[in-house]
Amino acid sequence: MSDFTANTSSPPQEATFGDYLALLKPRVMSLVVFTAFVGLMVAPQGVPPMVGFTAILFIALGGGASGALNMWYDADIDAVMKRTSGRPIPSGRVAPGEALGLGLWLSALSVVMLGLAANWFAAGFLAFTIFFYAVVYTIWLKRSTPQNIVIGGAAGAFPPMIGWAVATGGVSLESVLMFALVFMWTPPHFWALALFMKSDYDAAKVPMLTVTHGRPHTRKMILAYTLLLSPVAIAAGLTTIGGPVYLAAAVVLNLIFVKGGYDIWRRTEDAARADDYRTEKKVFRFSLLYLFLHFGALLVEAGLRSVGLGGW
Amino acid sequence: MPITETHEIHNRRMGRNLGVGLTLLAFVAIVFFLTVSKIRNGGAMEGFDHTVRPSITEEAYE
Repeated sequence: MSDFTANTSSPPQEATFGDYLALLKPRVMSLVVFTAFVGLMVAPQGVPPMVGFTAILFIALGGGASGALNMWYDADIDAVMKRTSGRPIPSGRVAPGEALGLGLWLSALSVVMLGLAANWFAAGFLAFTIFFYAVVYTIWLKRSTPQNIVIGGAAGAFPPMIGWAVATGGVSLESVLMFALVFMWTPPHFWALALFMKSDYDAAKVPMLTVTHGRPHTRKMILAYTLLLSPVAIAAGLTTIGGPVYLAAAVVLNLIFVKGGYDIWRRTEDAARADDYRTEKKVFRFSLLYLFLHFGALLVEAGLRSVGLGGW
Repeated sequence: MPITETHEIHNRRMGRNLGVGLTLLAFVAIVFFLTVSKIRNGGAMEGFDHTVRPSITEEAYE
C-alpha cells in the first residue's frame, strides 16, 4: 500500500515550456529584434558586439514581457476570437497570474539588463515602451477607441529608437523618422487585416474602425495612411542613415503601397466578398514585405557606408 | 514506493525544468561574456563605494 495516489488522467492544464515562450509573442519579438537591430546598426557610433547582442536580446525580452502582460489582460477577448483562442491562457494551459508574474519579472529584468549592458537612457526608453504597450494600449485604448491601432502602434515603433539610443545614448531626427515609419505603417497594416478578419473583432467587441465607422470609411483611412506614410518613408532616405539604395527602394515600395491603398479604397464590400478579400490579403502581405525591405535597405546603406560607399 | 512509470505529465515537467535550466545557464553566460567585453573595452572595474581610494585621488589622474 502507498500513501501516494496518482492521478492517471491527463490534465490538459499542464503547460509546456513552449507555452511560456508563446506568452512572449515570438512573432512580434522577431519584428522588434529586426527593427531594433537596424536602429543600432545605422547609428553613427558603434558598440562592442557583445554589448550590441545583449542589448538586442533584452530589448526583445522587454517586448516579449509586454506581450505576456497583454495576453494576461486580454485573455477574455482572446478566448472569443478564433485566431487567439488557442493561446496559453484562454486554452487553460497557463494561469493568468503566472502570465502576469512572468510579464512583470521579465519587464524588470530586461530594463535592468539593458541599463547595465548599454545605458540608462535606452533602459528608460524600454521601460516606457513596455508601459505604453501594456497599459496605454492594452488597458486604456484597445477596448475604448477605434484609434487604438493608431496610438498603440507607437509601442511597436519604439524599438528602432531604442536600438539607436543603445549606440548614441539619445534621440535624433533619424531615429524619430524610423519611429514614424513604423508608426504610420501600423494602421494600414492592421486595418487591411481587420477587413478580412472582420468576424473575429466583431465577436470580441474590440472597437475596430471597421466596426465603429464602417468598412468604406476604413478603406478610405487605409488610403489616407499610405499617402501620409510615403513622405515619412522617403524623408528618412534624405538623412544621414539614407542613401541612393534606400531612396530608390522607398520610392518603389511606397508607390506599390499607395497603389494597394487606392485599390482597397476603390473596392466595394460586395466585390471584396466575391473574391474572398483577395486585394486586402495581398496588401496585408505586401505591408509585411514593405517594412522588412525599408529596414533592410537602411541596413544595406549602413553596410555600404562601412566600406566607404553608400550614404550621401 | 517510488514512481516507476513515466506519465506524459512527467515529460512535460521535464521539458519545463530543462527549459528553465538552459535559460538560466544562458543568462549566466551572457552576464559573464558581457562583463569580459565591458572590461576589455575599458569599462569601470571598480565602483564608487563612498571611501577614498588611491585610484580616485587627483594624483591618479596626473
